[in-house]
Amino acid sequence: MSSEQNISLQEQQFMHKIKAEEKIEPKDWMPEKYRKNLIRQISQHAHSEVIGMQPEGNFLTRAPSLRRKAILLSKIQDEAGHGLYLYSAAETLGITREEMIEALQSGQAKYASIFNYPALTWGDMGAIGWLVDGAAIVNQVSLQRTSYGPYSRGMIRICKEESFHQRQGYDIMLSLVNGTPAQKAMAQDSLNRFYWPALMMFGPHDSESAHSAKSMEWKIKRETNDDLRQKFIDQTASQIEFLGLEHPDKELKWNEERGHYDSGEIDWEEFHNVIAGNGHCNRQRLEHHIKAHEEGAWVREALAAYNAKKQANKAEAA
Amino acid sequence: MQDNALELFEVFIRSKRGLDHKHVGSLHSEDHAQALEYARDVYTRRSEGVSIWVVKSADICASQEDDAENFFDPNDDKPYRHATYYDLPDAVNNM
Repeated sequence: MSSEQNISLQEQQFMHKIKAEEKIEPKDWMPEKYRKNLIRQISQHAHSEVIGMQPEGNFLTRAPSLRRKAILLSKIQDEAGHGLYLYSAAETLGITREEMIEALQSGQAKYASIFNYPALTWGDMGAIGWLVDGAAIVNQVSLQRTSYGPYSRGMIRICKEESFHQRQGYDIMLSLVNGTPAQKAMAQDSLNRFYWPALMMFGPHDSESAHSAKSMEWKIKRETNDDLRQKFIDQTASQIEFLGLEHPDKELKWNEERGHYDSGEIDWEEFHNVIAGNGHCNRQRLEHHIKAHEEGAWVREALAAYNAKKQANKAEAA
Repeated sequence: MQDNALELFEVFIRSKRGLDHKHVGSLHSEDHAQALEYARDVYTRRSEGVSIWVVKSADICASQEDDAENFFDPNDDKPYRHATYYDLPDAVNNM
C-alpha cells in the first residue's frame, strides 16, 4: 500500500470515529490540521483562563468585605486550575508547556480579548463573573461534547466549577442594585461596558469565522458562534430585567416567530481592533505575565537545586 | 525564559472509600511529594477525593491501539465463557 492510500485509509477511520460520536484519544492517528486546530483552540482557551486572573486579582485588596474577598480569591484560584487542565490537554497533542507560554508571551498565540478591557470598579467584578463567565459557560457546556477526549474531560471538570463563578458575579450585581443610587449606577455602568464585549467572546459571525466550518465537521466545535451567542443573549435578557437595569442593547426585541431575541449589531471594528492588540490593556496583560514568570524563576531554580541535592544524598547513601 | 522542563505526572483520585482510583489529569512537578501537593491544590478543591495517586507519566507502559488485534482479539473467539452462550430451560428460569 502506498503511503498516500495509507493516509486516506487512516483518515477514513478517523472520520468514522468522529461520525460515530467516538472520542479521539491522544495516541490515535489524526489529521495534522485537526491536531493544529486543537492546539490553537485549547491553548488559547488555557491562556484566557490564566490572563483572566489579572483583572480580578487587581481587586483582591479592594474587595468590600472579607466574605467577598474570600469568594473572589477562590474564583481566581479556580481559574488557575482551569488553565492547568487545559494546558495538560493541549500537551497530549505533542506541544510543550514552554512552547505554549512562549507563544503567549511573544503575542503569537491569542487569549480571549475580553481581558484586554480594564476592570475599573467593584461593579466590574460583578459584571465579569455574571457576563464573562456566563458567556464562557455557554461555550464550555457545548464543548463538553467536543471530539477530542482530553479536551472534553477537561471541559466537564471545568463546567462543574464554573457555575459558582457566574452566580457570585450576579450576587454582586444584586447587592449593588439593591444598594444606594450610586451603587445601582455603578452596576449599570459595569453592565454597559461589559455586555458588548461579552457578546464578542463568541467570535465573529459564522459567515466570517475562519476556523468554523472545519471545526464543526471534526466536531471540535459542536455549535456555531452565532447559535451560542443567541443562547447567551436569550438567557441574559431576563437576568438584566430582574436586576432592574436598562438593557445596553436598544434594539433588543423578542421575536415570537423565531422564539429568540433579535438584537443590535456588534461593533466589529472594535472587536478586530482589540484582537489586533490595540485594546486598553493588551500590553499591560502580557507585560504582567512575563514579569510574574520571570520573578518566579527562583522558585523553579530552588526546586531543581533541592531535587539535585536529594539525588546526590541518595547516591552517597547507596 | 528559563524553564528546566519539570517532569510530567498523571493524577488518580479515589472519590470515596470503596471506589477505584480514577485518572483525573496531569501536572508538572519536580518530584513525587510536590506532585501530590499540587494535585491536592488543583484536583481536590471541592472534596473530590479521599486519596490521591501520582505516577510519573514516563513510568506508564501502555498498550497501543495498533496492537489491539494481538492483545484483545483472542478472547473474542471463546464465546462459551459468557453466560449468554448457554440456553437455560424455561422451567429453570433464572440461574
